[in-house]
Amino acid sequence: MFGLDKKDASLLLIVAALVAFAPFLLNPFPEGSAMAQFNAGYPDLMQRFVIFGIFAIGFNILFGLTGYLSFGHAAFLGVGSYAAVWMFKLLSMNVLPAIILAVITSGIFALVIGYVSLRRSGIYFSILTLAFAQMSFALAYSVLTPITGGETGLQLALDDPRIFGSATTAEGNIPVPGLFGLEMRDSSELVLGNWVFTFNVGYYFAAIVMLLSFYLAIRIFRSPFGMMLRAVKSNQQRLNYTGLNPRPYTLAAFVISGMYAGLAGGLMASMDPLAGAERMFWTASGEVVLMTILGGVGTLIGPVLGAGMIKYMENIISKINSDILHGWFAFLPDGLEDLVVTMIYPFIGKGWHLTLGIVFMLVVIFLPGGLVEGGQRVAKLFGRKKTDEPKSAKTEPAE
Amino acid sequence: MSKGNLTRRGVLKTGAVAGAGLALPTYLSAASHEGFTNAPTGSTVTLGFNVPQSGPYADEGADELRAYELAVEHLNGEGDGGMLNTFSSKALQGNGILGKKVEYVTGDTQTKSDAARASAKSMIEKDGAVMITGGSSSGVAVAVQALCQEAGVIFMAGLTHSNDTTGKDKRANGFRHFFNSYMSGAALAPVLAANYGTDRKAYHLTADYNWGYTTEEAIRSSTEAMGWETIAAVKTPLTQTDFSSYIAPVLQSGADTLVLNHYGGNMVNSLTNAVQFGLRDKQVNGKDFQIIVPLYSRLMAKGAGANVKGIFGSTNWHWSLQDEGSKAFVQSFGTKYGFPPSQAAHTCYVQALLYADAVERAGSFAPCAVVEALEGFEFDGMGNGKTLYRADDHQCFKDVLVVKGKENPSSEFDLLEIVEVTPVEQVTYAPDHPQFAGGALGSCNNGA
Repeated sequence: MFGLDKKDASLLLIVAALVAFAPFLLNPFPEGSAMAQFNAGYPDLMQRFVIFGIFAIGFNILFGLTGYLSFGHAAFLGVGSYAAVWMFKLLSMNVLPAIILAVITSGIFALVIGYVSLRRSGIYFSILTLAFAQMSFALAYSVLTPITGGETGLQLALDDPRIFGSATTAEGNIPVPGLFGLEMRDSSELVLGNWVFTFNVGYYFAAIVMLLSFYLAIRIFRSPFGMMLRAVKSNQQRLNYTGLNPRPYTLAAFVISGMYAGLAGGLMASMDPLAGAERMFWTASGEVVLMTILGGVGTLIGPVLGAGMIKYMENIISKINSDILHGWFAFLPDGLEDLVVTMIYPFIGKGWHLTLGIVFMLVVIFLPGGLVEGGQRVAKLFGRKKTDEPKSAKTEPAE
Repeated sequence: MSKGNLTRRGVLKTGAVAGAGLALPTYLSAASHEGFTNAPTGSTVTLGFNVPQSGPYADEGADELRAYELAVEHLNGEGDGGMLNTFSSKALQGNGILGKKVEYVTGDTQTKSDAARASAKSMIEKDGAVMITGGSSSGVAVAVQALCQEAGVIFMAGLTHSNDTTGKDKRANGFRHFFNSYMSGAALAPVLAANYGTDRKAYHLTADYNWGYTTEEAIRSSTEAMGWETIAAVKTPLTQTDFSSYIAPVLQSGADTLVLNHYGGNMVNSLTNAVQFGLRDKQVNGKDFQIIVPLYSRLMAKGAGANVKGIFGSTNWHWSLQDEGSKAFVQSFGTKYGFPPSQAAHTCYVQALLYADAVERAGSFAPCAVVEALEGFEFDGMGNGKTLYRADDHQCFKDVLVVKGKENPSSEFDLLEIVEVTPVEQVTYAPDHPQFAGGALGSCNNGA
């Protein structure tokens, strides 16, 4: 189906189903229950899941296939966001031109940075990309403030031209991004008993884009081009000796991966029309590396899982405060309650980084293949009799 | 390899399914409509406290959160009532807001616009917050204010001092109680003229971001108006921790006054560096070298220690004020936490009360009703004397304090002494003042 073999097609279908039913899957706990704290089915977070999924898929095309570890990928995300917001300011609030320009701009940007950085490999390449990203951050933060809005970020204003759309709504407000009149932030709620499920236009739009980019990534992974990239990863010298110049291939992979990041940036701006310089900071670049490694380098689904995991922790764990903890452990005797709360407290709220660090360490030590390997092991544990059925359709390491 | 081919029928089918999928949400969207975003339906109302819990302003954020918790207590009729007893409006009964018990959710802005918006969004979308408040940076305030305008909830800004918050980036759904750069300049200038004379040469070090720019501009224009000369204005990165390389050229420049447009950790470091370089013992142009810090806070003074002695600055509020409102607030805060509140805590506490009072007077949580109740609202008894929430830009106009680092502090909290309470008339400006030009409030947004 769609030019994919059976295994990949079923993987794509599984991902599509997961994405389509995410509003249900992510809201397993009824409203008002103590566990509702762990519900993640609200539009902003669901959008983040798929957008960072795209970012990580793109990063994986470079890192997973060629083995080149870029430490500056957030720069492309930021460039994409700025480009998209500028389209909202100048052209119209339609998201399509914004996203297209975001992809093109970040592609050009990636071409320039990649052309220079790819002259080196290994750690030198990583440092070069890191340097370029930090340079872009510094430019966005304080030098190019007329273009980037500096520390405040680039925002829409009432007096923007928006030549193809209206500058203001009838009520005198800034219009919101939309797709031919379909507003990205429109949501509808489905109430079933105590459960509330939110369906958001922006989420489904981003989800469709994510599925398309996922499909494209599968095609790249399975193509002769993908094979070349794997050859670069396994032994570049040997490739050189056979008379092949790997540079065009790695550069192409770098640009594609930069465009994915730009696409993610454009989508982020479409969901929330503001572009801040922090998006380009080196910690943001590090985050996508974490996502990919956490999920499983070189696997198709891994980066998406990793992105989901990190965004979930960032948004859910970080919002648990000591009051909520006291609520949970109220059934314990007072002294014990305080003790338990004091023990858990460093790992929640602003301490979510600590929790993430521990999870990351555990994954790297015990599951070097990331969450995907975990899935594989579980699947092996409950091994099926039918051997030709894919052990776990989600799990297909690159090598 | 490929299992299926792309056929015309297949494409049409897929397109139809995708179209239906896209259309479904809009079809369902008639489900709930109360007229505005997150209308509280049960017996409680949720407010969102979005403060920096990590990053450079974490101290301020922690103090803001304490103030909010105190405000919630007082609104729900617990504790001693604090400023509710001194507030000139008597609409609040201590039974929550409009009879609904006040609950709250907290979030971490990390002092980053993106993170602050994500946190505010989750409060609005997930927790159903009807008002967002807090923050300790102008960049964050401006970003979150714009978000609240889009989403249709009220934003009550926390500590934000940049002119832009109620200037070029003002929004109809956003309100600021804190004073701003222009007011600092207008309040400081006469005091500086009286103490340091009118023919000084100033050298500015400015934090390289929005707040730094507007503060530098405000101080420059008000000091230049009284005869000072600005020798140079150098921008320093926000992340800078060692300012030696910026301080060294100051002496060679022939300036006799250093203005530090820095806040928080920046100011603590730059001031410490300046004092270590012995600037304050120098004589330039026959005058003693002086240092000025336009925006002061007690937390900063604590960080800079003995270096702040005798240095002038301005502040929104100080716990040693002797009016009834301040005394009541300091007392209930001190009883609960064991130390006096900072100006950030004060402004956040007051903002929470002002919001609750506006809802009570409007009889509705609808943002547009609240905006109407707050616009042009005059009140007293909240620690700054008579105060006006101006309708043109949603900025509070009230007295501004000029303070000086105390020579002989009696405790670790008693670090600043009030030099002058600048009357509100002196710091009032026209809504279209050049330092505030270029923005539009738009109209209030109730959301959906």
